[in-house]
Amino acid sequence: MHTDEYILKVEDIHKAFGANEVLRGVSFEVKKGETLVFIGSSGTGKSTLLRCINQLTPPDRGRVWLHGEEVTNSGKRINYFRQRIGMVFQNFFLFDHLTALKNVEVALIRVKGMSKEEAREKALAELRQVGMEDWAGHYPAELSGGQAQRVSIARALAMDPDVILFDEPTSALDPELTREVLEVMRTLAQQGMTMLVVTHEMGFACNVANRILFMEHGVIAEQGAPGVLLNDPQYSRVKNFIGQFLEYNGD
Amino acid sequence: MELISILLDWFPYLLRGIGVTFGLVLSSLGLGVIIGLPMALGQVYGSRLVRVPIGIYVWFFRGLPILVLLFLFYFGIFPGLGFDLSAFVVGAVVLGLRGAAYQSQIFRGAIQSVGEGQMVAAQSLGMDRLCAVRSIILPQSMRIALPGWSNEYPNILTDSAVCYAIGVAELLTRASQIVAQTYVTMPIYLAAAGIFILMNYGGMKVLHMIERKIAIPGFGSGAM
Repeated sequence: MHTDEYILKVEDIHKAFGANEVLRGVSFEVKKGETLVFIGSSGTGKSTLLRCINQLTPPDRGRVWLHGEEVTNSGKRINYFRQRIGMVFQNFFLFDHLTALKNVEVALIRVKGMSKEEAREKALAELRQVGMEDWAGHYPAELSGGQAQRVSIARALAMDPDVILFDEPTSALDPELTREVLEVMRTLAQQGMTMLVVTHEMGFACNVANRILFMEHGVIAEQGAPGVLLNDPQYSRVKNFIGQFLEYNGD
Repeated sequence: MELISILLDWFPYLLRGIGVTFGLVLSSLGLGVIIGLPMALGQVYGSRLVRVPIGIYVWFFRGLPILVLLFLFYFGIFPGLGFDLSAFVVGAVVLGLRGAAYQSQIFRGAIQSVGEGQMVAAQSLGMDRLCAVRSIILPQSMRIALPGWSNEYPNILTDSAVCYAIGVAELLTRASQIVAQTYVTMPIYLAAAGIFILMNYGGMKVLHMIERKIAIPGFGSGAM
């Protein structure tokens, strides 16, 4: 079965906001357990691409497939696909009126129809996974950015998604908090979670990614395994881009 | 001594006006939520086809003096439609319809003040818009709306006295009737005023208690 090889397939995605063509034909495929990291300058369409995958921003053209089923043009079934495609946002977007525990529970109860006890148990287990079990009773305003982001990862994990989209998950955090979130993400990757990550953390990209996709002007300019991209002279642009970051960070 | 006995004789009659006044207030607050909240949702999430009629409704009920509305409905619209309604029912309905117009705008502002990210996050978990509104947006916006909504209570309470004009047996009407019977003026109107003030105070106490009870750390009016 050819289609079963890839759990996610993105085909020729185009998206324009007015005259601004943000995505100009992006295609790639993701295998189960892969971590793909998207890098590139701001405004090259990386975040828009993630939002096109779960249709929070419907693309103008192109298709997305999950397990061989079309996510684009799926009508009301999009809500089913969104359960299967988790998302973590730059600004966390935790539900401000709910405790950490309830943030993780709410979709289990309202979307998956779990009983309160079942949801609670599952939510606590996910909070434990990200090291936030002790904070279960706290409200978002009482959490640090790093803690809030870990709760939002637990919230995405609780739905048992096939893939999780990370939209600049550490861009709103200072370096110390960034590390605690990246640690959680690295563990997830090692446990075999399929992840698409938009980030400017080049260390994470080089160490955790199976593949780095370098975006420029709304297309994937170069892609490959980190080791190949960094060593093969044919990939000079991405190497320069990463090099700038590493120099700047003093790594 | 004669004055005291007159007051004691008539006081129970005056007190029964509390129930009537309170009925008018509850109707206005109740219809305000029952009609005003769906209107607010319609204004925020509805199509033009929904938004325009709601806009006209709000414009109409906020644009006319209460007295004009009361006369219009009591002497014109309801009899014209063949309804033979008591003055109390007309008063309650008119205050309710008017309350809905005002309160819908409190709710609309509160719904719009919930960050866009809350809806986006809810949808990313597979909630449809209706589910997201019910389980995420409304619980937040109702908390945001509560202080402003509570503020409607003293407005409505004091406005309710205008129902005197169509003969609803509320506090002011009863006070005036007693004055006409006894020729005792100041003490009776002062008693009525005292009751209004106590109702105002008691009601606000209860509403503030609710505000505190549902407050969430770092959220809405409880923030900082």
